Amino acid sequence: MAIEGADLIKAAAFLGAGIAMGLGAIGPGIGEGMTAAKACEAIGNNPNEAGLLTRTMLVGQAVAESTGIYSLVIALLLLFVV
Amino acid sequence: MQWNPETIVAVAAYTGAGICMGFGAVGAAIGEGYTAAQANHAVSRNTDLSGDIFKNMLVGQAVAESASIFALVIAILLMFLNFQGAPLIKAAALLGAGLCMGLGALGSGIGSGLPGGQACFGIARQPAVTGRLTTNMLIGSAVCQTPAIFAMVVALLLIFIDFSRLPLQPGWAALIGAGLSTGLAAIGSGYGGGVAAGASCEGVARQPLAVGPLTTTMLVGQAVAQTPAIFGLLVSFILLFRGIPASESLAPAMALLSAGLCTGLGGIGPGIGNGQVAGGAVRWVARNSAIAGDLMRVMLVGQAVSQSTAIYAMVVSLVLIFVV
Repeated sequence: MAIEGADLIKAAAFLGAGIAMGLGAIGPGIGEGMTAAKACEAIGNNPNEAGLLTRTMLVGQAVAESTGIYSLVIALLLLFVV
Repeated sequence: MQWNPETIVAVAAYTGAGICMGFGAVGAAIGEGYTAAQANHAVSRNTDLSGDIFKNMLVGQAVAESASIFALVIAILLMFLNFQGAPLIKAAALLGAGLCMGLGALGSGIGSGLPGGQACFGIARQPAVTGRLTTNMLIGSAVCQTPAIFAMVVALLLIFIDFSRLPLQPGWAALIGAGLSTGLAAIGSGYGGGVAAGASCEGVARQPLAVGPLTTTMLVGQAVAQTPAIFGLLVSFILLFRGIPASESLAPAMALLSAGLCTGLGGIGPGIGNGQVAGGAVRWVARNSAIAGDLMRVMLVGQAVSQSTAIYAMVVSLVLIFVV
């Protein structure tokens, strides 16, 4: 079976998109989980500050999310632009 | 050198069996080791209860063992079923089945060991609630096994469905992708469910009166931790049952394989993360059950954010399957 160059490039872009988003999703998932686990513990310790703690948790998670969003952007670029 | 399809199918079946049992043995052994380690720790703390702790350890280990027993069953099926006369595409299905069950047993095996160990240690701390601890351990570790059961379902489908009407190219990639999707996604959900269940057993030992809210929080947390495995199962089913047009080019095949890899790998992190969130919430329900409602709310918000990357991965997979 002869594989044409353009076909090979498309195949590589598709595989790259899956690997980028798949591996890129691991870190934010674990990291945001740690953040939220500690936030639950902190709210248990000090329920009066629940609002402040939830806000801190969400901002921290948003930052941890950024690498997941980079992966998503790269995956979509590989799928539709490259 | 030319091989006939039968030889290649047999090679795939035996390779799949090896991968299946090899990976499948890892998780359960680690989980059971953790249970036994905690049991030893517990006996050294309270020697009079060694009988109860020993019994609980064995029950907990038996549940953790089931993940690798699933892998054993699939490996034996792969070795001894008769695939003579099967088309070449069966080779991809059998390799996918081995990968799916082997990887899928990892997380559930490790995860199920965590409640076992915490329950053993809990018996040493609070001998009066031994029965409740064992019940709580069994509920928690049963939920941990569901990702391994998803993997077994997909592996059995891959072994027994007749794929002779599926075109070889790109069908092979869809079948291996279907195996990888559920197998990999089950790792995170199985382990995450275990973290929640372990925290719940620890919590019952700390505050036996809070057993109701503890079990509720654990089950809700575990249910959310299971979702990445369910995404994996969904993508597997789409890959298995969606008719695929034949194509000689490489790109459609790689899109299908990549779709399986993406949801599978993408489910690992959110599964573990959601479990950690549930564990943290459960631990503090035991210490302060008056605010169980607040903790549940924060847990769900935190899990939803942690889940987002699994959803991105599923979206990319669906784009790979349906759009490009």
